[in-house]
Amino acid sequence: MRPPSELSRRDFFALTGSGLFVLFRVEPLQAFQEPAKLPTWQGAPSDFNAYLRIGEDGRVTAMAGKVELGQGVMTSLAQMLAEELGVALDSVDMLLGDTDLCPWDMGTFGSLSTRTLGPVMRAAGAEARAVLVQMAAERLQVPAERLQANDGVVSDSSAPRKRVSYAELVRGKRIERHLEKTPLKPVAAFRLIGQSPHRKDALDKVTGKAKYAGDMSIPGTLHARILRPPAHGATLKEADTSAAEKTAGVRVVKDGDLIAVLHERPDGAERALGLIQARFERPQPSFDDKTVFDHLLKTARAYQVVHSSGSLEEGEKLAASVLDLTYLNSYVAHAPMETHAAVARIEGGKVTVWASTQTPFPLKQQVAQALGMAPENVRVIARYIGGGFGGKSASRQAIEAARLAKIVGRPVQVVMSRAEEFFYDAFRPAAVVKIRSGLTAAGQIAFWDYRVCGAGERESRQFYDVAHQRTVSSGGWMGGNPPGMHPFAVGPWRAPSVNTNTFARESQIDMLAARAGRDPLEFRLSQLSDTRMRRALEAVAKQFGWRAGRAPSGRGVGVACGTYSGTYVATMAEVAADKSSGHVQVKRVVSAQDQGLIVNPDGSRQQVEGCITMGLGYALGEEVRFKDGEVLDRNFDTYQIPRFSWLPKIETVPIENQESPPSSGGEPAIITMGAVLANAIYDAFGARVLQLPMTPARVLEALAKG
Amino acid sequence: MQRAISFTLNGKPARLNVDDERMLLWVLRYDLGLTGTKFGCGAALCGACTVIVDNRAVRSCSTPIKDVAGKRVLTIEGLAPAGRLHPIQAAFAKHHAFQCGYCTPGMILNAYALLLKTPRPARAEILREMEDNLCRCGAHTRILDAIEDASTAMQGGAQ
Repeated sequence: MRPPSELSRRDFFALTGSGLFVLFRVEPLQAFQEPAKLPTWQGAPSDFNAYLRIGEDGRVTAMAGKVELGQGVMTSLAQMLAEELGVALDSVDMLLGDTDLCPWDMGTFGSLSTRTLGPVMRAAGAEARAVLVQMAAERLQVPAERLQANDGVVSDSSAPRKRVSYAELVRGKRIERHLEKTPLKPVAAFRLIGQSPHRKDALDKVTGKAKYAGDMSIPGTLHARILRPPAHGATLKEADTSAAEKTAGVRVVKDGDLIAVLHERPDGAERALGLIQARFERPQPSFDDKTVFDHLLKTARAYQVVHSSGSLEEGEKLAASVLDLTYLNSYVAHAPMETHAAVARIEGGKVTVWASTQTPFPLKQQVAQALGMAPENVRVIARYIGGGFGGKSASRQAIEAARLAKIVGRPVQVVMSRAEEFFYDAFRPAAVVKIRSGLTAAGQIAFWDYRVCGAGERESRQFYDVAHQRTVSSGGWMGGNPPGMHPFAVGPWRAPSVNTNTFARESQIDMLAARAGRDPLEFRLSQLSDTRMRRALEAVAKQFGWRAGRAPSGRGVGVACGTYSGTYVATMAEVAADKSSGHVQVKRVVSAQDQGLIVNPDGSRQQVEGCITMGLGYALGEEVRFKDGEVLDRNFDTYQIPRFSWLPKIETVPIENQESPPSSGGEPAIITMGAVLANAIYDAFGARVLQLPMTPARVLEALAKG
Repeated sequence: MQRAISFTLNGKPARLNVDDERMLLWVLRYDLGLTGTKFGCGAALCGACTVIVDNRAVRSCSTPIKDVAGKRVLTIEGLAPAGRLHPIQAAFAKHHAFQCGYCTPGMILNAYALLLKTPRPARAEILREMEDNLCRCGAHTRILDAIEDASTAMQGGAQ
């Protein structure tokens, strides 16, 4: 079957059979695109990029290019569709991440799925229901106003035996509709939205039946291991592959920069890789994880103004005291449990790639380019993905699998080892934030001068009521970095830019509150007009049982808040910090989140819990060690991610706000974790840790400084 | 050394002619097609490859196949043979004790071994036994809840 997304619409309908189709368009958010990296899309129908179909069996299939990374999108999108369409959730199948079956999508990142796809999914469901009700009115000879649609059946509300199912209505017909302005259900009429049904992926995942890219077993597959340099910037001088070539069952491929060994079993390929004698020339000594911050400041391009109002000069004059601090954070790895994996098969001039990727459509274009094939002959399938967090936006392994499959003429699987996963990860960038701010004699913020280097500008503009302020930014995860600024790839890491910016801002606000001798919550609320942020702070304080006091109080409690893509989040934490060892045990974290309409409350809770847990890592322990281009962390022995024993008691407080459209759910809570713990540590014993992660050594260092 | 290795796999006899130094993980996944056992780190550090050998949880990525000769091996595929979920699986599904699901088979089997050994473990004991199984999505609290729930459902004895 040729891909519908590249066909004319007439061809598309010729292929997809009968039923009711509603075609609709999901608008990408330009701000999230990296134009240089995204291919231009040619030949796609310009008037739709997602659709739903009601088949003759009554089953509803919705196809969209998003992927299920664990965030539960398979369930929440189906809920929204089923709600408006008037069908049981179980009768909806979501077909995601298949470039042949789903219309184009730029990728699954930036908390866009519910936010941008959700509303159109609802609208499409409503449109389809309106069409079906009209058809039923004609069939049943009943005015449409008297009809109701539930569980896939239209019936006469005054004579329930007069009824016809959706399946009967569409049988033998082919109906194409575009999205019109059909009214959506009011919140009060929701039956499925706002419920927490069973996740659609639960059974597959608890039985081991869920197939990830590396689980695809295609007969004749060869498993490849690829020769990798010891450091970024190292160049291959010579490679002796003769021993590998002499080994039974091993095939050696040398194709330009790609040297690979292939075997029918992955462990056979692994063993063969060890037989290659390679000599690399390492790059010149440069910098490491300790000296990187000076390097960033030295290489950064000119700062761009993100926001400016009032006059810093005026503000300085109003200031009775000035606080000038620098905040640092290290590179952090995505470290999903599933390493990048792909299987590529070329058959009849067409290549199919099963890949763990967050961006199947851009990958399709990249594979086509790498193989010199037309994009319509490339199909990428991304079904279950073992975690992404932004790290599977890049899919080097899939391109390598495709190149090797073309060379050897057999299907090829590439699964990265854990060391390769660390080496090729596009890390969260290291960053430096300098904040100069002042307090008036009355204890209010007089001015705010914010400079972020390396993290990116997202959510860097502060939201407190400050008359004189400026925010500037240079570089970031999206690009705009001069060559050589980072020794390896950097990219989007869950809530890109915003973990850094929130850590710096909310730490500084806490220091201002301390200097003013005021309670950190009261200090924030006293100069905060934004009602949604106030409500989040008040909600978290109530659940936490916040008792006012100036820090350091010795209790080890902290607060931090922030915004992320339209969502408001406020978090409080309690820590037990050990003065002699510097070890911090987080006892309790309470997080309140206003994300507008919550489609699936348990799904939202899962995401907040995940954010808090993952956030413990970058706050307390995770940093990538490297030197002269070599990544020194290669596995989970040295790169420690949060474990069961790290877990605090977690409480989530969803804020009722059903009238606002759904905003981001999967990323916001993680942004507060650096600052809330830094502030709690400060409250415990008056030591301000200015660098993430706050390892025991850094806590002790801060203690020594007083 | 290439030789015949016999063991019981998910209740059925298995006999393979293999290099006996090969790791159980690869034999399960590629020779036997049981892909529910996952590769995560290759160094017994993450637990994604956990399987049960003679009622104990082992890391199949670091267990040579010769070590299971004559023993009973249970993988996630063998936990619900008749299509009826084991109480631990049912509890993981009920609590949504997973997100991406990649660590889940290893988590479930590690919990299985724990409940065999200690049918009614205290929370702290569950935590200690699960400590070396890694999850990146942050389903930890739900995993502990699910194991407690399963322990109760099994009424003091693993099936």
